[in-house]
Amino acid sequence: MTDLTSHVLKPEEYYIKNEPYYEPVADEIEIFEAAYKNQLPVLLKGPTGCGKTRFMEHMAWRLKRPLITVSCHDDLTASDLIGRFLVISGETQWVDGPLARAVRSGAICYLDEVVEARKDTTVVIHPLADDRRVLPMEKIGQLVEATPEFCLAMSYNPGYQSVMKDLKQSTRQRFIALEFDYPEPELEQKIIMRESDIDAEMAKRLVKFAQMTRNLKGQGLDEGASTRLLVHAAKLISSGIEPVVACRSSIAQALTDEGDMLAAVNELSSSLF
Amino acid sequence: MTNQLDEQQLTLLFEEYLETEFTFLYADDLSVDVAAMPREKQDFILHWTKSAAAVNPELAFQFATRAGNALNEHETEIIEAWCLEAMDCYDRSGLHKAMDTIRNLDEFLKQGYKRASASLFEEAVPVLLPFVQGLSGRRMKIEQDEVAWTDGETLYLPELMAFMDDRQENFQLYKILVTFLWSQMRYGTLNEPLAEIFAEYDNRQKAQDLFHHLELRRLKARIADEFPGLNKNIEKLALSLGEQQLQLQAEHQQKLESPNADIDDSLRLLSQLYLKTAEVPEPLCFHGVLKPEEAWQARQERMLKEKARLRDYLRVLMDDFMQGKELEQRPDKFNLKEGKSDQDRLESMQVEITLNDQPMPLPEHVKNLLRSVMIDFGEIPPEYLEPAGEGEYDPELLNDSSLNPEDVWSGTYHEEGAFIYKEWDSARQAYKKNWCVMRELELKHDDKSFYDKTVTKYAGHIHSLKQTFEMLRGEDRLLKRQLFGDDVDIDALIEAWSDVKAGREMTQHLFTRMHKDDRNIAVMFMVDMSGSTRGWINEAEREALILMAEALEMLGDRYAIYGFSGWTRKRCETYRIKDFAEPWDDERKAKTCAIEPKDYTRMGVAIRHLSSKLMEVDARIRLLITLSDGKPDDYDLEYRGVYGISDTHQALLEARRDGIHPFCITIDKQGQEYLPDMYGKTHYVVIDEIRKLPLKIADIYRKLTT
Repeated sequence: MTDLTSHVLKPEEYYIKNEPYYEPVADEIEIFEAAYKNQLPVLLKGPTGCGKTRFMEHMAWRLKRPLITVSCHDDLTASDLIGRFLVISGETQWVDGPLARAVRSGAICYLDEVVEARKDTTVVIHPLADDRRVLPMEKIGQLVEATPEFCLAMSYNPGYQSVMKDLKQSTRQRFIALEFDYPEPELEQKIIMRESDIDAEMAKRLVKFAQMTRNLKGQGLDEGASTRLLVHAAKLISSGIEPVVACRSSIAQALTDEGDMLAAVNELSSSLF
Repeated sequence: MTNQLDEQQLTLLFEEYLETEFTFLYADDLSVDVAAMPREKQDFILHWTKSAAAVNPELAFQFATRAGNALNEHETEIIEAWCLEAMDCYDRSGLHKAMDTIRNLDEFLKQGYKRASASLFEEAVPVLLPFVQGLSGRRMKIEQDEVAWTDGETLYLPELMAFMDDRQENFQLYKILVTFLWSQMRYGTLNEPLAEIFAEYDNRQKAQDLFHHLELRRLKARIADEFPGLNKNIEKLALSLGEQQLQLQAEHQQKLESPNADIDDSLRLLSQLYLKTAEVPEPLCFHGVLKPEEAWQARQERMLKEKARLRDYLRVLMDDFMQGKELEQRPDKFNLKEGKSDQDRLESMQVEITLNDQPMPLPEHVKNLLRSVMIDFGEIPPEYLEPAGEGEYDPELLNDSSLNPEDVWSGTYHEEGAFIYKEWDSARQAYKKNWCVMRELELKHDDKSFYDKTVTKYAGHIHSLKQTFEMLRGEDRLLKRQLFGDDVDIDALIEAWSDVKAGREMTQHLFTRMHKDDRNIAVMFMVDMSGSTRGWINEAEREALILMAEALEMLGDRYAIYGFSGWTRKRCETYRIKDFAEPWDDERKAKTCAIEPKDYTRMGVAIRHLSSKLMEVDARIRLLITLSDGKPDDYDLEYRGVYGISDTHQALLEARRDGIHPFCITIDKQGQEYLPDMYGKTHYVVIDEIRKLPLKIADIYRKLTT
């Protein structure tokens, strides 16, 4: 009989077993490993969909540590990270948040899109992100010291030009920064082919299309097509969807809602395929 | 049924509309013709004659004499469109052109038929521009011209494409045309002094035509390579348009179509085939034409400009690099990143430069410059990589010649940097396109003594205002008895506990949660700076704005203050006092103090302009508050009265359609008569006493936003 229930694991016990596919663009793997060895926190900068999260999974696999990912949003409070009292069978009980779990178990804690979190939230990671490496838990009067294996990483997209969405200097100056960008055309083509099932010619054209949309960054588009979007399109194409249709639904619609811009992006893709 | 008007009645009306006293137009014959028509037609002709007469009596007269016959043959909608087109034509190109339209209804109908399925420039450009900018290479602009051509920087396109019966296909023609013109830039058609080369042939035009034909064959092959999808369309449309091609020898054809063919191949072939070729096939509508002289001149100017700009930027980069270093360490020049050929760079449009073997990160505009130079030369000439000396270049070369908007007042009229807006003509019930020229000016200011005076004068009032507004401010609120939250709600827990002990069901709502109230409001204050605000009114406006700004600083809503004034449609002005992103600092305070009466109140265009500014701000609620002292008004009598009010009304409708909430605060006691029409019944307030404006404004704002 097949097991229909999915596996339930505690995040701090979840190790990535199979190597997540990642193509290094420069020496980011070496730098991350060096930072990890020296217990320095890491900041991943780069546009959306260029492989930051995949890189973290890959590093977690490489370093053989569990990866606890927290997707930040504007309602994320400090208690969401550290922990809170819950009422369980009539008793109040303290339950650790993901950050506290990672600190206790020596996992990698990855705060995705950290600028989205409220300013007061980002401050709680400060004592963890410098040489103290402790997490104060005021509500239960504890100070948790991080194990040497613990690692703090966060990602940040500097492309948002909103003043509201910028990292405080006091936060960003604690981190080793790794800059990510879309890979070179040949590499990007390779990635798309590896992640989907399309031929070299089609992958090449998809990359070309992505570059066209990246030319439009700041000219009506906030961002060009990311590698992730290209992979989505490639997957649709390999399932038999017409390339023009695949580009429209997986890329053009994802990039903009504005009518003329949408039409222009669609004209670009219909020129290529 | 109403009675027909007789000759006499008609003559009187026509004489009035056509101002025959001054124009000496003779209305009697006209009246004879019209008197024979049914009342319905008479009314129709009278109505449109009156509308057209507002534009030009002569035009109206010509319309009226032709309208009767035209009405017998065509629908009224067509006649309306014909009259409107003539009026538009008058706005655009003057009486002469307008009369042509009126005199030639057949031509108008033919055009109209074409237009019905045509792709129009103004509709296509919003799509074509991002399309062409998405293609690689130099960032192109698009403008309108009689024929389609390019100088390598700007694509000139015709007003409409109407060669096919289907609008979508006509748009495809535009798109293909744009791609062909772009390919001239991208693949180096304009990199040779073509005019000089053609001049060496005895028949210049033939040489140019033949070259163009050969070049098109080369470019077509490149486009086919690069854009397989577009190529299918090109072939299909070329077939239905009946493209003719010269028979070329197989080797020549192969040479032209090979991926490494360049302009020299086309030129070589030109010299070989010139004598052998009797007649060159006409290019198709999507091929465009060559203008060698213009393109070469644009190239010369561009090269000069770009060399200066690139080298000047490298100077800045070098200075940064040299900071804290000894002078001897200064490298002479930048280098291109090694390991790539010019061919690679041209292909990938990626030019990277290094200094002391270190790659230099470059901002986007410099990358664009490098690409542009690369396209002009096929390489980056070494001298372009030497940093300029301090002040080596004329600043005029470094910046786009920006004509100062203030110059308009000292006699040099220009529309550079100005915003062009349409205007609603109530008589025509249609927009006048590109009618108003709006400029954004800085307000000259000196000190903020008026601000200090006001703050002292209203010290008590400001204090209580701040208190009131502080209470409005979006604050963290502690929500109790929540299902989820940051902390345990002890009161709720105790209750729940006792419930459990008593054997009752326990509530799940046991937490407290912090909740942030976000006001997320952006407000634009549009301040009347017309001449009529002189004196008390102006002072009250300034005081009101100062109090308002103080209160808003406390509240945290984003706000901007713009003054507006102007003198006819060509000189509409807004004065930036404070923009949304700017702080309320001494400079803005001084600017607020410097608000002074200027000229007239052409309101529609100001609303359109400031609405578009407001739309750029990301906010949940957008407010446009007008401080005014009277009706819309301008120097040209036309804007006074119904016309101005309905244009303003129309502009407000447009704003509302965009989700903006307009509101008007006026001190005009007659405001009740026209404001309901303009702003709607509840969206204005008349302040009966000027002195109360400063005290009331914050109150009004509070009521509006809570």
